[in-house]
Amino acid sequence: MSVIVAENISKKYIIDHQRKNGSSSLKDIVSDKFDNIFKSKTQNDSSKEEFWALKDVSFKIDQGDRIGIVGHNGAGKSTLLKILSRITEPSTGEIRIQGRIASLLEVGTGFHPELTGRENIFLNGAILGMAKSEIKQSFDAIVDFAGVEKFLDTPVKRYSSGMYVRLGFAIAAHLNPEILIVDEVLAVGDTEFQKKCLGKMRDVSESGRTLLFVSHNLTAIQALCNKSFYFEKGRLIDQGDTTHIVTNYLSKVSHKSLEKHWDHIHDAPGNDEVRIKSFKLTPDFQDNLSHIDVRTPVDFEFEFWNMVEGANLNLSMHLYTFTGECIFNVGTPSQAFGKGLVKGVCQLPGNFLNDGSYVVSMMIVKDTSTVLYNMEEALIFDIEDYRENVTWYGKWPGYIRPQLNFSIQQSEHLVND
Amino acid sequence: MLHNITIKAGGSEKDYWKDLWLNRQLLLILSKRDISVRYKQTLLGVAWSVLRPLMTMTVMVFVFSYLAKIKSDPGIPYPLMVLSGLTIWTFFANTFTQISNSILINSNLVSKVYFPRLLMPLSSIAVGFVDFLIAFGIFLFLTAVFQHPLSINLIYLPFFVLLTFTTSLGFGLFFAVLNVRFRDIGQLIPFMVQVGMYACPVAYSSTLAQGTWFEKYYNLNPLVGIIDGFRWCLLGDKAYFNPASLISTAIISTVVLGLSLIYFRKKENSFVDHI
Repeated sequence: MSVIVAENISKKYIIDHQRKNGSSSLKDIVSDKFDNIFKSKTQNDSSKEEFWALKDVSFKIDQGDRIGIVGHNGAGKSTLLKILSRITEPSTGEIRIQGRIASLLEVGTGFHPELTGRENIFLNGAILGMAKSEIKQSFDAIVDFAGVEKFLDTPVKRYSSGMYVRLGFAIAAHLNPEILIVDEVLAVGDTEFQKKCLGKMRDVSESGRTLLFVSHNLTAIQALCNKSFYFEKGRLIDQGDTTHIVTNYLSKVSHKSLEKHWDHIHDAPGNDEVRIKSFKLTPDFQDNLSHIDVRTPVDFEFEFWNMVEGANLNLSMHLYTFTGECIFNVGTPSQAFGKGLVKGVCQLPGNFLNDGSYVVSMMIVKDTSTVLYNMEEALIFDIEDYRENVTWYGKWPGYIRPQLNFSIQQSEHLVND
Repeated sequence: MLHNITIKAGGSEKDYWKDLWLNRQLLLILSKRDISVRYKQTLLGVAWSVLRPLMTMTVMVFVFSYLAKIKSDPGIPYPLMVLSGLTIWTFFANTFTQISNSILINSNLVSKVYFPRLLMPLSSIAVGFVDFLIAFGIFLFLTAVFQHPLSINLIYLPFFVLLTFTTSLGFGLFFAVLNVRFRDIGQLIPFMVQVGMYACPVAYSSTLAQGTWFEKYYNLNPLVGIIDGFRWCLLGDKAYFNPASLISTAIISTVVLGLSLIYFRKKENSFVDHI
């Protein structure tokens, strides 16, 4: 039985290039009207642009399906969830839903900082659609799950961010909907808590209820969802078995431009002393893999033109996390080069970096001290997660995930007498 | 929460009012939230609700009665006339302002969860109503101080309170929608409330407008009938009240409320796109 049937839903936004945000002031409207009198029609039209956040999306979801939704930022995933949760309406199309639906687009929606934990449980529960009797019934379980017994009568503004998130999720976890919609809530909270959340979501999915789950954590999607939707630029381009969709998605992700290349020396970046020819990331795929995961070794290949005879040069590479922390800086030894092309390779072993997004910058240094040219954010690449023989799917902590010699054995047997 | 729903463009679901009714617990909880948040972290707490009307009344008595020598209706102490008008005017002004801001104040909810959006303006009335009850208590206390007898007209009081509520909801809903679209409205509202107080018989009796060229326009203001009527309930027949003025009040309030509801319902599903 289909519990959700969506037919040709589209959502259009008008992007107004003159204004930065959705709300406008009367002054804008009035001055626009004045401008229009003097401007030609075409000029005015160019400032407004239609943007289809979703375009002709149709699907059916059966009862008990656990749907993972994958796609890049801006692919339309969140818009779809917002439409399904009735927060915004589609521009065209129709969706029919059967069953009590609850959506969790944020943890702790409507929490009021001045109210106590106890008051916020009732407030948030009611906002999520729980009846007062249901909240009362689950009250102890919620408090227990969140671990906030001692702080029940403290205003939540005094809570640590961890406690806040735990309480928010605990309430949501005790909703009892037939269809549950969850958006990337696992991105918050500590590992211990994420583990708890995933466990709770597995319970939901195993009890035959329908789940829609948006996440960038593909491991979690693979663990929880039997089917997946793949969105790209507002269109549902593929749907089906999760393993198939995730593989398809990952192979497209890794074919992003991982190479920068300039054919002619005069339009290459650089200066009178050096100019960059190319910078390229080459993965050494093993086991017929088509995407970079934590096991994949990669090579960074670098080529530049040296224009000063006998310059003493070396290359220096920085690797940053997406949030900007430097993980390492490595450099080649310095040596003298003649005029012409110079190239270098840096090999990054597999089983070294953790999963995540990384940014590489490359520097050419003269006489080990003067930076001739620094190419910031030269390449950006993603490393996907891979695990074997584990039942835990939370985010693996740390920036690196090396395989070290780490052994364990029984050192003594306790002899019973 | 309804079980079977259809989502489509412009889909004002036919079950909207049923959905609203099913969400009445949420209405109560949101009202309770507003009331309990109101005075948290204030030093004097609820005392503000007592102090504010008293202080406003004192200032008005000084300015209008002592300095400007405005007369009240014969047989009615000026402070009581001001306080009765002030009580119902403040109720209107507070609920109107709160309704107008209700969607923006709750924008975090609007963008993250669905419920009939009408709950937000409705729940924002609660705080104004509590303040009204307190001000009403002060008024009763002052009538005892001035030894002014209470009138039997008091039984009509709920009618006037209800009428005030309908009027503020009608105008408030309209501005609530506009406020989401144009942030200028937020600046305009306090100004409208300030001007409105002088356009209404709060500090003076509407007998002052009698016989002037603008009298017929003056009575078009739906609040004139309400304030006069409210005063008549509290202070008895000595207070000036022309029941005919209620006709324009009733017509204007009902029409405005009807139109505002249609406008609100038409726009509520796209609030999030402007927040």
